[in-house]
Amino acid sequence: MTTTAKTTPTTPDTPRGLIPLPQSAARVLIALGAIGTIGSTYMSWTWTSDFPGDLTYYGSPAGLQILDLVAGVLTLFYALTRWNIRGLNWLNPAGATAPVFLAAASAFTVSWFSALAIAIDLGGLVNLDPGAYLAAVASLIAILGALALPSPGNTAKAWVSKPDNIPPAGKLPAWGERLVITAATAVGLITFAYGIGVDPDASETFIGFLLLVVFGSWALLAAGLVERFSVLNARHKGFATSMAFLAAAIFPFVENNEHNANLGVNILVVATVALGLNIVVGLTGLLDLGYVAFLGVGAYAAALVSGSEFSRFSGIQFPFWAAMLTGMAASLIFGVLIGAPTLRLRGDYLAIVTLGFGEIFRITVNNLDGTSGPNITNGPNGISMIPDLEIFGFNLGSSHTIGSVTIGRFANYLLLMLIITAIVVLVFNRAADSRIGRSWIAIREDETAATAMGINGFRVKLIAFALGASLAGLAGTVSAHVGYSVNPAPYQFAGSVPPNSAFLLAAVVLGGMGTVGGPILGATLLYLLPEKLSFLKEYQLFAFGLALVILMRFRPEGIIANRRRQLEFHETEQADIPEQSLPDTTVGVTKAGA
Amino acid sequence: MTTTTATSPVLEATGVTMRFGGLTAVRNVDLTVNSGEIVGLIGPNGAGKTTFFNCLTGLYVPTEGKVAYKGTVLPPKPHLVTSAGIARTFQNIRLFANMTVLENVLVGRHTRTKEGLWSALLRGPGFRKAEAASRERAMELLEFIGLAHKADHLARNLPYGEQRKLEIARALASDPGLLLLDEPTAGMNPQETRATEELVFAIRDKGIAVLVIEHDMRFIFNLCDRVACLVQGEKLVEGTSEVVQGDERVIAAYLGTPFEGAPGDEEIAEVEAAEATGAQSTTSTEGSAQ
Ligand SMILES: Nc1ncnc2c1ncn2[C@@H]1O[C@H](COP(=O)(O)OP(=O)(O)OP(=O)(O)O)[C@@H](O)[C@H]1O
Ligand SMILES: [Mg+2]
Repeated sequence: MTTTAKTTPTTPDTPRGLIPLPQSAARVLIALGAIGTIGSTYMSWTWTSDFPGDLTYYGSPAGLQILDLVAGVLTLFYALTRWNIRGLNWLNPAGATAPVFLAAASAFTVSWFSALAIAIDLGGLVNLDPGAYLAAVASLIAILGALALPSPGNTAKAWVSKPDNIPPAGKLPAWGERLVITAATAVGLITFAYGIGVDPDASETFIGFLLLVVFGSWALLAAGLVERFSVLNARHKGFATSMAFLAAAIFPFVENNEHNANLGVNILVVATVALGLNIVVGLTGLLDLGYVAFLGVGAYAAALVSGSEFSRFSGIQFPFWAAMLTGMAASLIFGVLIGAPTLRLRGDYLAIVTLGFGEIFRITVNNLDGTSGPNITNGPNGISMIPDLEIFGFNLGSSHTIGSVTIGRFANYLLLMLIITAIVVLVFNRAADSRIGRSWIAIREDETAATAMGINGFRVKLIAFALGASLAGLAGTVSAHVGYSVNPAPYQFAGSVPPNSAFLLAAVVLGGMGTVGGPILGATLLYLLPEKLSFLKEYQLFAFGLALVILMRFRPEGIIANRRRQLEFHETEQADIPEQSLPDTTVGVTKAGA
Repeated sequence: MTTTTATSPVLEATGVTMRFGGLTAVRNVDLTVNSGEIVGLIGPNGAGKTTFFNCLTGLYVPTEGKVAYKGTVLPPKPHLVTSAGIARTFQNIRLFANMTVLENVLVGRHTRTKEGLWSALLRGPGFRKAEAASRERAMELLEFIGLAHKADHLARNLPYGEQRKLEIARALASDPGLLLLDEPTAGMNPQETRATEELVFAIRDKGIAVLVIEHDMRFIFNLCDRVACLVQGEKLVEGTSEVVQGDERVIAAYLGTPFEGAPGDEEIAEVEAAEATGAQSTTSTEGSAQ
């Protein structure tokens, strides 16, 4: 705000930016900054390959540079939308300032984070090569340019939120809409594959990735593209869902690496379980703090009939479908046993009792070792050496080659787990949109009124509980085989290793209660973040809590909002109540004129 | 105001008593509602009217007494009462706030449909047909109540008067033989109150008996074939509008002339004030106990 440029307002009608510059200058600055940022990624950023990603080459971006390149391109495109170029308007339908600012912010944060990380990791600014300086300066120019764009409002919030005046989307032919969905799915797949592929030792790169994803998708949100896309998605629901699953099925072929495939399977397992929990928590509103026990029951049931020599029934080896049914049935029975006495309780009481039952499961399994109790589960040692599954004579343990791609053991399980996730998604969707699903939601909304409308609350809640339990059991059967062994340790309420009740609950709440995408996204994030940000180590739980608090403060409905919950938490965003704009105060004016 | 159907009792409550610890909120109340009738239940605040409704619908298990619907004694379980044929609304509106208007009514259809989890998962033709029929019936009801154009709005976004109407539509969705309305015009302006009056008549003409709690005396005496007055949990009088209107004990209960077992002065003043402003008042009584 200390610029010496002329401050005489030329057009009093258009609101000016925080930095008094003519509009044309502002957008030129952003574009130049973006081009500079892009250019910088083709230069060396540091002299040594010690920094993760090896940013020492001229002519070929790597690691953080690739991310910065993407951010630069995004910024450039958004800068160009300020010129009203035909064919680019769709990127920023309202021609708003906020998305441009956020795009520039993505380039700025990635560049500056990289430069700082290099300087701090390697011990001093001397380690920065000209490329890093260029990236920092260029991205700074871009964001200063963005700040000179017409101010979207008097508050800081206006700079980062979606404007109201987004024009309705033009009509695309049906195939065009499907093409958009396909393209978006592809972008999603590439993003996910990139994220999961980041070297666990290269936390810097992963943070850069997060910055880009957060600010980039925020820009798209502020531009109104996310909303348009969700409308498209709703219109082609079946197509969109199949595209998502297709993308997930392609994943093992794209990311041809057993470690990442293993990550993928584990993510799918927790995502599926979280989706089952979403029926209980998100739809029916029953706070279940011991849900992971059902995963454990399924896993143990499958392990016992797997033919492992450590199993009590080592002579028995069920075929996969029978093991799956056994796992589901065992969880179902356990669910009904726990649910029948507890579901008569409401609210906090239910939460406490489920917490207790969850722990009882773990402790019981721990003690059924032959000394403290009958030998069924082999106690804390668990059941190991679980053989691989065989489906129709195909052993999932052996890898095989399709074309030039080798599909390894974990990739096999990934594909199997994907089918199971698809089944669970189908079950969730169909159950939610039916008489029973409506009665779940009614119970969540007001249990007294629901029973007065003729809903047998206990029965309906028990169905939700049992369904959730058996879906978790289903996922448990596969997870037992994927992990070779089962033991009681992971099935606890809270811990630093993922499948625990608190983790699953956080995945649901964080991702978005009552939605399909929410728990899947939540589980993915929660699983991937600690994996990739290994430097957090003992601060993991702290960081996790902090992230949860921040998210709940600013987006209580979760990342993916159910339409209902969105309306619930952001009263003013609903269509028929116009947003109440505060009367113009002088604060913004003085700020702009200062 | 008379209907052609032979009058047989729809609801017979006998000796209903409800005690909360030392407090007897409802004491030995008998009440009969015949088919084709609109019966009013009046009484000062805290008289036990809502508690009596809760006893009828199984939300409270009455300490003593029994409730029979069309000759069969009802178990004190809300969902069984509703599926037997008694539907209700609540004094403090209890809609499913985050469901759409249509979904609210669909939930009301719960007892008259039976598709379970399996049919929802398998989605056979039977499921589709039942779902379509439910929707059609729900839309009919919204049409009847005048909310069809807002079928896709969230219930929480409706204005107050429409929320009350929606509660009635939701209750009607269970095809009841008896509808219990707990202060259906509370917080409404005079025009809305008039409209509700018409609505209640229309419901009666559909062959549904109505038992209505209300503080608006003009509304009650216009509407009801019979009125019962509760004071401190006891049924003081029961009879036609004229009889109850003229009964000195009722007047005393409302206006505070001392009589045996009269409610406290403070309460009377409150009732008086409410009565005085009742005509123009649009404030809600949402805060009060249900
Ligand atoms: N669950 C309960 N536990 C204890 N006391 C209760 C309970 N429900 C109601 N009461 C008491 O019973 C009495 C009758 O209350 P009720 O709500 O039935 O009155 P009402 O006639 O509906 O009054 P209003 O006109 O204000 O709605 C009150 O004294 C109330 O405090
Ligand atoms: Mg009451």
